[in-house]
Amino acid sequence: MRPDRPTADEMLEAVEEFLRDKVMPAVTGHLNFHARVAANVIASVRREIGQSPYIEADQRERLMQLLGHDGDWETLNRELCEDIRAGKTDLDDPALLEHLRQVAVENLGVDNPKYSAYARLKE
Amino acid sequence: MAGGSIDAALEAATRKYLSATGIADLKRLSAGASQETWSFDAPTADGLQELILRRAPGGVPESRSTAIGQVREARLIQICHSHGVKAPNVRYVLQPEDGLGVGFVMDRVAGETLAPRVLRDDLYADARTKMAGQSGEAAASIHNVPMGELDFLEEITPLQQWQNTWNAYEKYFLEWSPSPVFDYALRWLKERVPARDRVTLVHGDFRNGNIIWGPEGLRTILDWEIAHFGDPMEDLAWICINSWRFGNIDKPVGGFGRREDMFEGYEKVSGIKVDPERVKFWEIFGSLRWGITCRSMAFTHLTGHDRSVERPAIGRRSSECEADLMILLGRN
Repeated sequence: MRPDRPTADEMLEAVEEFLRDKVMPAVTGHLNFHARVAANVIASVRREIGQSPYIEADQRERLMQLLGHDGDWETLNRELCEDIRAGKTDLDDPALLEHLRQVAVENLGVDNPKYSAYARLKE
Repeated sequence: MAGGSIDAALEAATRKYLSATGIADLKRLSAGASQETWSFDAPTADGLQELILRRAPGGVPESRSTAIGQVREARLIQICHSHGVKAPNVRYVLQPEDGLGVGFVMDRVAGETLAPRVLRDDLYADARTKMAGQSGEAAASIHNVPMGELDFLEEITPLQQWQNTWNAYEKYFLEWSPSPVFDYALRWLKERVPARDRVTLVHGDFRNGNIIWGPEGLRTILDWEIAHFGDPMEDLAWICINSWRFGNIDKPVGGFGRREDMFEGYEKVSGIKVDPERVKFWEIFGSLRWGITCRSMAFTHLTGHDRSVERPAIGRRSSECEADLMILLGRN
């Protein structure tokens, strides 16, 4: 991303603030609801831009441990899914369960950390 | 079809079927992708009738594979109502000559469907202590409806449910990026699909949000469009999905009650003992299915079918279900 001001995040922040502080108080009903949804969408995209490089790196580390070889995140993630599907992985493996718990926390941390299961699963 | 353009046709139909002298206060309540809901009043010799019109969007029936269609939904609701199930009272079914398309008119039941109000307003404080038991009783009354009268419904076996969910996962995830949590859940479930034994009418969408509540408790069960024959424990599990607890994570039944109380109400009316393990299977299944359904809703936007900011936002809610699944399946 361009190391420039305003940054992508600052641009999105401005849109999020506009929706929350200007549009939402000015409209009611469906339009108010959709303005809030739109603001929440912007917020989650901001979290995704900020967090996904770290998440991908962490997941890649854990996937290399689980699968025992190197590779890029996308290939390794697909391989793990295929192994689970094909019955090659032990469903009771604590390392697998821990990886999946962390994946769920990471995805929800981007998409909706206010959801009730987030705090519970993060504990 | 424009909002107000059903006025004249609806008035004519209501005059014809209910001997009404007119209609008043016609309002569109929702414009879902699969259903349109309108509220209106109709004065008759017996007094003011408070009514709801439910019809296919624009009156045009949609061939969604899981939905039974408004005509069959109306028949199902009538039959359930006649057996004492807390289902709405259908007043008339639209005919082609009415010019309103496919749908039906039913009595409007006063009360609250919005879960956050039901879960937090003082008005429902007393009801909240009874809701879990009443939900169990209501589910049992649905499962008691004689299947012989419902020959227009189809059965979905536990194995078919799994297969349908797999097919949706393949369509909405595998083509883009698989979810290791959903793959894990799919295999876990596949290894535990229950035998097809007790088969009953299943509501299919029995949850907080599809129930009208009053200060005294459960009044009416709505949204019968995905009813089918199947494992009755699907219904007891679906109302426990964390998405329908609206933040009250420690009150598994709809965010208002305990499973034990729901099971007790169920057993009282059905005479059948609930196997909690079987309900747990369906709860895990339901979380997975809802997670995949959320993603499929994003695709109605992505394919240009129904463009809306709400749809892609719902698509990302699949990660809520991933978290719910790891709470249900994990060791913590």
